This record gives sequence, structure tokens and C-alpha cells, in this order.
Amino acid sequence: MAGSDALHIDLGNRPAVRNFELHRHELMARRRRDSAIFFLALAIGLAVSLNVAQLFPERLLTGLPKVGDYIYATLPHLRPDVLFENSKTEGSLAYWYFNLPKYLRLLAETLNMALIGTALGATGALVMCFPASRNLVRSTWIYAGTRRLMEVCRAIPEIIYAILFVYTFGIGPLAGVLALAIHTAGALGKLFSEVNENVATGPIEGVRGAGGSWLQEMRYGVFPQVLPNFLSYTLLRFEINVRSSSILGFVGAGGIGQELYYVISFNFYEEVSAIVLMVILTVTAIDLLSAKLRAMATGEEHML
Amino acid sequence: MSSLTIDDVRARHPEPFRQASRRLQIQVGAVAACLAYGLFCAWLFDVSWQRLTAGLGRIGVVFGQMLVWKDFWSWDFEGIFLGLGQSLAMAFLGTIMASLVALPLAFLAARTVVRPALPRHVIRRLFDMLRGIDQLIWALVFVRALGLGPLSGLLAIFTSDIGTLGKLYSEALENVDRKQVEGVRATGASRMQVYRFGFLPQIFPVFLSQTLYYIESNTRSATVLGVVGAGGIGLQLSERMKVQYWDQAAFIMLLILLTVSLVDQASALIRRRFIGGPSR
Repeated sequence: MAGSDALHIDLGNRPAVRNFELHRHELMARRRRDSAIFFLALAIGLAVSLNVAQLFPERLLTGLPKVGDYIYATLPHLRPDVLFENSKTEGSLAYWYFNLPKYLRLLAETLNMALIGTALGATGALVMCFPASRNLVRSTWIYAGTRRLMEVCRAIPEIIYAILFVYTFGIGPLAGVLALAIHTAGALGKLFSEVNENVATGPIEGVRGAGGSWLQEMRYGVFPQVLPNFLSYTLLRFEINVRSSSILGFVGAGGIGQELYYVISFNFYEEVSAIVLMVILTVTAIDLLSAKLRAMATGEEHML
Repeated sequence: MSSLTIDDVRARHPEPFRQASRRLQIQVGAVAACLAYGLFCAWLFDVSWQRLTAGLGRIGVVFGQMLVWKDFWSWDFEGIFLGLGQSLAMAFLGTIMASLVALPLAFLAARTVVRPALPRHVIRRLFDMLRGIDQLIWALVFVRALGLGPLSGLLAIFTSDIGTLGKLYSEALENVDRKQVEGVRATGASRMQVYRFGFLPQIFPVFLSQTLYYIESNTRSATVLGVVGAGGIGLQLSERMKVQYWDQAAFIMLLILLTVSLVDQASALIRRRFIGGPSR
């Protein structure tokens, strides 16, 4: 009987309950207000954007079929009966890929650009990352200066650097390599210095105690600890750079992008799909390979 | 014992020393091979000392011109700020549209939702294909099909982001907590209700924060889509770089850096307030 009496007590009159209810109402009201602001801002943003980007339904409706037609036109018109004939027969694989030697040469150039660009960029990042680590330098000026330099390097996209270098160094892969290297130095330098900032201080103090210079502290105290992470980040960046180097040719900075831009501009439809397919396959293959290598690089970390 | 020199130790224990020198040889060999390959590539890329010094000299000239802003008040500010607005609009709309399309597709691509393998694999390969083609290539394709302008850039962002966001969402859907789904099912809910109350609340935070993150990241890429004619500030920038108006190009670059950092800060604010905030 006592239990059912307790149920009839007016809970609302208890101060604790009243406080709770009050607080809950406040929270709910605040949440409703936040949502209202959020959706209002979203609606305004959408309305403005729709007008600025000229996304009007009739443009979209007339445009989208054209996109479908275009993509359909780029697909190869293969015929199963003559699939393995020579490159003179329309409808065969060899006809579709008649330019294969040229594509392969350009793909190799693209990969080389990515490789050299990543190597140069990682070297630059390696030089910059030690002075850009809070815990490794005493001078605020050196620290802040290196950080700002790295920010400028990575804030500007590769393709903008590529336009600049195509003007200054001439058309060709050199401009692309330099563009990749500068952007990579900035992006990797930031990641490297973040790794440095989490390093154990014991080895550094040990080297300092043995009379090592600052460079020796970095080489023997810090570097062995961070090497696996550096390798892994560099490989990840290599994957990204393979993707980027395939489009740098759009502005004349070498690689397969130049050919792709050419065949798209001159409406060589089937060649568009041939090149795009090769780029996708290459990028996927590099991703898989690099994932394996990265697993190996960080696997060493567990053994150390 | 105390008068042992390194040579004595080497004579007594040759094996460890041999190992060390062998390792050194391998390292030197590897570095030499890398350098040789680098030199080979330099030859391949037609790099010469003359070309490098000439290029560096020209970069010096360009930097000098970037610092002196001639006839500042006669610049086409309307075009520049319209371009900037177009870039922002392309990123914003493109990402939101892509996330709205990617969400239902992600349900079809998640193993936890759709049992039969065939439709799932078809959608997954579609995501891979959309994602595997670079945004700039999509932009070029849309420019060829639809003509110059921001609509092409918007669709390029939309298309490639369906692939990226679809993959992320479907992975999130595969990692949902089974208990909540089973709980909703046990109440006798219909299939749609299971999706709505069992799955959606669990991936909603992922949905919001990824959409926000991609708006941020697409703002960066929307600034370069104009290089191939897909509208936005990139068009303004690349046109000025082509005719060597380096002072105006420098001004636009500064403007882009400022805008990107403002968008980053706004997104951090929204994230704190609406997604990870205390009101949730």
C-alpha cells in the first residue's frame, strides 16, 4: 500500500523535479532556436547559391541529356565478333587503343613526375619539419617563420603553381614536378612536424648529454623515432600526387593530362574513355601497392 | 684488455664489423641508385642548368611584379568577387546535392541493409568510378557538354562527391549498432521505419559532419575548377596569369587564402555549435 501512495505524490511540486523540468524546457528551447537558425541560414545560403551558380531547373533539364549523350559518345563501340582484330578494324580493342604506346609513355612520365615531385617535396619537408616543431626549437622566430613558409607552400593548389611554372620554366614535366614538390613540401612538412611534436624526449636528452649538437640530436634522437611515420605519410602523399600529376597537363605541365586535354578539346571521343580508363587503373594499382608498402613501414614500428 | 684498439677488436670479431660494412654498402648503393634515377628523370624531363637559372630569374621578376599593384582602383572587382561567390556557391550546392543523393544510394550499397550482393556491387563500382575520375576531369567533361560557367563546376563537384560521400556513408551504415536496429524491428516496425529509426539516427552525426567537411574541402577545389573554364574564381585567376597580370593574380590568391580560412573557421563554429555541441 505504501508503494501506491508514493505514486500519487505530486512530483511536480518537489524542488528537484521542478528545477529539472525548468532546465529541460530551457535546453529544448535552446535546441529549437539553434535548429531554426541553422535551417534559416541553410535556406538563405541555398537561395543565394542557386542564383549565383545559375542552377535553374530548365538549364539542368536541357543540360543533363547532353551530358548523357557526351558520356555515351566517349564509350568505345566494341563489336564482339571483331574484338581481337588488328587496329585497322573498327570495333576491336586494338582500334580503341591504337595509340597505346604513346599513352604508356605518357603514363610513365606521369608516374615519374609524381615520384620525383614527392621525393623533392619530402626532402624539403624533412628540412623544414624540425625547425617547425614547437618542442625542438627555442627561438619563436624560427618556429613561426618556418610554419608560415609551409602554410604558403600548401595553401596554393598545385595547378596554380603549375601555371606559374609553365610560364617561367616552359611547357613540360619540369613545371609539373616543381609544382608538386612545393605543394608536397608544405603539406608533408605540417604532418612531419606534428609527428615530431609527439616524440619521446629521452633519446634527445641522451644525445644532448653525450655532447651532441642540435643537428646530431635531430639525427640520432628524433629521426629514428619518427622515420616509420614519415615513410607512411610520404607514401600516402605519393598516391595523392599520382592523381594530381595526371591532371597537371591541363595547363601544359606534362604527363598524360596534356593528351587528355587534347583529345577532349578535339572531341576524339573514344580516346577520352581509353585514357580515363588507363588513369583510373593506374591510380588504383598505385593505391593498392602503396597500401601494402605503408603496412610494411608501420609494421617496422611494432618491431622496434 | 684496456689497451685494445678498434683494429684489435676488428681482428678478433670480424663478423659484426663485416655486417655493419655490408649494411653501409647497401645503403650507399641504394642512395646512389636513387640519385642515378633522379638524374635520369632530369634528363628525361629535359632539365638543364641554363633552363633552371633562366626560370628562377623569371620567377624573381614575377614576384617583383606581384608586389607592385598598378592601377589598383581600375581592376575588375565585380568580376573577381562574383567569381569568388560562384566558387563558394559551387562548393556549397554541389556538396549538399551530392550528400542528399549519396545518402539513399549508400543504403543500397550497405551490406547491413541490402542482402543480395548484385545491386550492392553495382552501386559500389559506380561510387568507385565517380570517385576515381578527378574532379578537374569531370569539370572538363561538363564544360564540353554544357558550356563554360559555374553550372559545369557545380556538377563536377556533385558527381565526384557522390562517389566519395556514398562510400563514407555506406561504411558508416555497415558499422551501425545492431541492437538499435533489432529493437526497432522487434516493435513490429515496417522496413522504412527500421531505416528511419534504426539506421538513420546512428549515421546522422557522420552525415552532418562529413557534409560540412566536404563543403570546406570543396571550397578549396572550387577555386581551381575555373582553370578548365568551369566558372568561379579560378577562371579569373588563370586568365590573369595567362596574360601576366601578376599583381592582380597575387591579389586574387590572397583573396582565396582569406576566403578558405574564413570558411574553415565558420565550419569549425558550426561543428562546435550544432554537431558536437553541448545542446545535443
